Amino acid sequence: MNKPVRRIAIFCGLLILALMIRDNWIQFVQADELKTDKHNRRVTIARYSQPRGNIIVDGQAVTGSQETGGIDFKYKRTYKNGEMWAPVTGYSSQVFDANQIEKLEDKVLTGDDDRLFFNRTVDMITGKGKKGGDVITTLNSKAQEAAFKGLGDKKGAVAALDPRTGKILALASTPSYDPSKIAGAQDEKAWKELQADKNQPMLNRALRQTYPPGSTFKVVTAAAALENGLYKDVDSKTDSPLPWILPDTRIELKNEGNIPCKEASLRVALQYSCNTVFGKISADLGNEKMMKQAEKFGFNKPVDTPVRAVPSIFPKDNRPQNAMAGIGQASNRATPLQMAMVAAAVANNGKLMEPYMVDKLRAPNLNVIEHHQPKEMDQPISADTAHKLQSIMETVVEKGTGTNAQIGGVKVGGKTGTAQHGVDNSGNPYAWFISYAKTDNGSPVAVAVVIEGDEDTARDDIAGGRLAAPIAKSVMEAVLKTEK
Amino acid sequence: MPNTSNTTTISTVGPPSRRNTELALLAFAVLIPCFAYANVGLALNGEMPSGMLGYGIGLGLLGGVGHLVVRKFAPYADPILLPMATFLNGIGLVIIWRLDQSPRLQARKFFQASAPNQLMLSAVGIALFIAVLIFLKDHRILQRYTYISMVVALILLVAPMFFPAKFGARIWITIPGLPSIQPGEFAKIVLAIFFAGYLMVKRDALALASRRFMGLYLPRGRDLGPILAVWAFSILILVFETDLGTSLLFFGMFVVMLYVATERTSWIVFGLLMSAVGAVAVSTFEHHVQQRVDAWLHPFDAFKDGSSDQIAQALMAFGSGGVFGTGWGQGHSDLIGFAANSDFILATVGEELGLAGVMAILLVYGLIVERGVRTALAARDPFGKLLATGLSGAFAIQVFVVAGGVMGLIPLTGMTMPFMAQGGSSVIANWALIAVLIKISDTARRPAPAPAPSPDAEMTQVVRP
Repeated sequence: MNKPVRRIAIFCGLLILALMIRDNWIQFVQADELKTDKHNRRVTIARYSQPRGNIIVDGQAVTGSQETGGIDFKYKRTYKNGEMWAPVTGYSSQVFDANQIEKLEDKVLTGDDDRLFFNRTVDMITGKGKKGGDVITTLNSKAQEAAFKGLGDKKGAVAALDPRTGKILALASTPSYDPSKIAGAQDEKAWKELQADKNQPMLNRALRQTYPPGSTFKVVTAAAALENGLYKDVDSKTDSPLPWILPDTRIELKNEGNIPCKEASLRVALQYSCNTVFGKISADLGNEKMMKQAEKFGFNKPVDTPVRAVPSIFPKDNRPQNAMAGIGQASNRATPLQMAMVAAAVANNGKLMEPYMVDKLRAPNLNVIEHHQPKEMDQPISADTAHKLQSIMETVVEKGTGTNAQIGGVKVGGKTGTAQHGVDNSGNPYAWFISYAKTDNGSPVAVAVVIEGDEDTARDDIAGGRLAAPIAKSVMEAVLKTEK
Repeated sequence: MPNTSNTTTISTVGPPSRRNTELALLAFAVLIPCFAYANVGLALNGEMPSGMLGYGIGLGLLGGVGHLVVRKFAPYADPILLPMATFLNGIGLVIIWRLDQSPRLQARKFFQASAPNQLMLSAVGIALFIAVLIFLKDHRILQRYTYISMVVALILLVAPMFFPAKFGARIWITIPGLPSIQPGEFAKIVLAIFFAGYLMVKRDALALASRRFMGLYLPRGRDLGPILAVWAFSILILVFETDLGTSLLFFGMFVVMLYVATERTSWIVFGLLMSAVGAVAVSTFEHHVQQRVDAWLHPFDAFKDGSSDQIAQALMAFGSGGVFGTGWGQGHSDLIGFAANSDFILATVGEELGLAGVMAILLVYGLIVERGVRTALAARDPFGKLLATGLSGAFAIQVFVVAGGVMGLIPLTGMTMPFMAQGGSSVIANWALIAVLIKISDTARRPAPAPAPSPDAEMTQVVRP
C-alpha cells in the first residue's frame, strides 16, 4: 500500500506548492499593482495619516491639515479662501481622490517622493514620523484676489502671466467651490451637489474650458498678416473693400455699427475691431497659414502648467469658415490661458515663454528639491512684428474699444472681444479682454479675461471693454504694485 | 510478523523516542507567538500588552501539558506534529487578538473580542487531544466502530440542514445560549474512520474485480456503489447546505483513501470526472455557487456592483504586504471586515508578515501534512495507513481550499484555516485529528516487542531423507 501513499504525499506537496506559487504571484509579481489599486484604501489612509505638505502662494500656505479623530483618516485637508484658490490647488478628498496640483504633486505633499527618501530615512531613525514637502507656486496673491473679486458673482475666468518668464500670476474661475467642503470622509452629499450643479463650479474655466475668442483673436490674425508679409506697415491702407462678401458665399460679413473699416489700416481696424478687414486677411492668407500662426502661439495642443490646459482649437476648415475663424468665430476655440499666452508673446517682444505655476518643490527641512527654470516655448512672431502689434494694441486702449483698461503712467496694450455662439448666435455672448502692461523693465503682466454674458450683456464689441477690461485692469494694477 | 525486527531488539539503547526534540521544538513554538504578541502590543500602543504574561503562560501550559501526556501515553510519537500545531494555534491567537484591537472592526455591528474565547476553546481542544491520547489505547480499536462512525458522520452532516442558514451557508448547528457548532469539522474525522474501516474490508473486491479497458481498470458496476453514494452525498451537501468546501473536502478525502486502498489509478480518474461533472452541474443551477465563481473570476467587480468586496480586499491586503510585510499590528487587513479573523485570517499574515511570513506558515502546514503521510507509510496495519492518509489528505485539502480561496487561486468556500482561524469547532476538531495521528505514529514507531522464544524451536528437527 506504500506506493499510493507516496503518491498522495507528492499530491499533498503539490497542493501546498500551488499555494506557494500563488502567494508569490500576488505578493511579489502583482504586489505593486494591488498596493496602488484605486480601490485600495490603504493609499488614502497613508495619504492622510500625517499632515500633508502645503501649497504656498507668496510665502503663505493656502492649504492646511486638520486632525479628524476618525478611524481611517487621521488628518483632513483644509483650504484657506478655498473658492479663490480652487482653480490653482484643486482638491484633495478622502473619498473622491484629488486633482490638479494636489494630485500631480501628491508624492511630494505626502512625503513619498523619491527625492525625499533621505528625509524620510532620517525622520524614521529619529522617530519623528513622515512629513510632507511643500509646493511653492508662482501665483501672486494680490493679482489672484483682484481677479477673483473682479469676477464676483459673474461666470467667467481670468488667467494672468508674467510674459518674461511664463509664471502664472493669477488663475481664477467663477463660480467656484470650496475644496474644504469635499475633503472629508462624510462629504458625499456636498460632492454630489457640486457634481449636479448646472453652473459647474468644479470646472476650471481658466484652463479647461474653451470659448470662441471673438475679436481678441484679431491680434493673431494681424500677427499672421505681418509675419507672412501680407502687410508690412500697420499704418498704411489695407486692401479691404466694404461691404465684403465671405468667399464662396453670398453672405456679407458685417461690422458692428458704422465704423471706418473701408481700406482701414491695421491700427484703425484693430482700434474699431473691423470684422471685414481681419476676415479678409484670414481669407487672403488661407487656412494653412492661419493655422500655422495660431499653432505657433500654442493652439491645437495641450499645455501642462503642470495642470493640463485643454488644447485651444484653430480648425482646418473651408474658406468662408476660415475667414470667420480669423475673427475668432466659427469653430475657433481658445482657453483664457491661451489668449493670455497670445498677449504675453506680443508683450515679450515675440518670445512665448512656457506657462507654469509650480516654482519650487521644497522638502520638509526647507531644502529645495526642484526649481522650475523658465523655458522658451516658441517664437511665434519676430521682435519687429511684436513691436508693431504692441503699438496698435496700445492704440486700442488709448482711444479704441479698450479705454477702460487705461492705467496712469503705464503703457497698456489690449484687445476687446465679444464672441457670439450658439445656433444663429442665440447663446449669450462671451465678453473678452486680453491685455498687457509695460514698464521700463519689460512687461510684467499679460492677462486674459472672459465673462460668460447673461441676458443683459449688450451684443456689441463694447461688452468686452465694459465687462472684462476693468477686471484686467485691476489684475494688472495688482501685479504692477507688487512689482515695485 | 517478519523476524527482521529482531535485530533492533539486540541493541541495548532502543530506538530514540524523540521526546526531547519535541520539547525543544515546543519551546520555539511557544516563544515565537509570545514575541509576536509583544510585537503587536508595541506596534499598536507603544507598550508591552498587559495580557502578555497570561498569554505566554497559557500557551506554554497548553503545549507543556500536551507534551507531558504525549511523553506518558505515546512515547514514540512523531515529534513534530505537536509543536507545529501549538505554533499555528499560538500565531492564530495573536492575530485574532491583534484584530480585536482594530478600531475599524470594533466599529462594526455585533463586534465582540474573540481572543479570550479562542484561548478558552484552544484549551478545550488540547483537553480533547489529551483525552484521545489517554483513552484511545490503540487506533485499531476504532476499526470496530466503522458503521457506527458512518451513522454519526451522517447525523453530523445532515444536522445543519435543520438549522437556519448563516452568511449564506447551512453549516452551523445553533442552539440559543450555546456557541454555534460547525459539525462538518468533526464529521471529517469520523468519516475518515468509516472510510478506513470500510475500505480495508472491501479493498480486495474493489481492486481485483475489474475489467481492463483502454489501459484503465474499470470497476464492476456493483463496486461503483459506494463511490456513487459518497459522490451523491457530497452533491446533496452542496445543494442543501450550500457548502462548497465541505463537499469538496469529503469527496476528495474519499477518492484519496480509495486510491490508497485499491492502488488503482482508475479511481482517481473517476473521482476527478465525477467531481468535475458535479461541480459544473451544480454551479449551473445553484445561485450561491455561481456567485462564488463570479466573485473569484472578477474580484474587483465588487466595487462596481456593490457585492461583497472581501476577496478583492484580501488580495489587496496580500499585495500591500509585499515581500516582508508591514510588521505586526501595522497593516490594514481589517478592511476585509466580516470574517477577517476567521476565513480570511491568512490575509492578515500576508499583509503584516509579507510573502516571507505566508511561506513560513504554508511550510508549517505542509510539514504537518507530510508528517501525517509519513506516519501512514510507517504504520504497520492497513487500517492505520488508510486512516493516517485520509486525515492528512483531508487536512491538506482543507488548507488548500481555504488558502486558495483567500488568495484567489480557486473560488472561495466557507472553511476555516486549521488551528489559526477563529472558531471553536475547527480548533477542537483539529486537535483531535492531531491526537489520532500522534497515536498512529506512536504505534508505528514503537519497537516491536521481542518475540517470545518459541517453545517448538528445540523440538523441530530436520529430517534428512
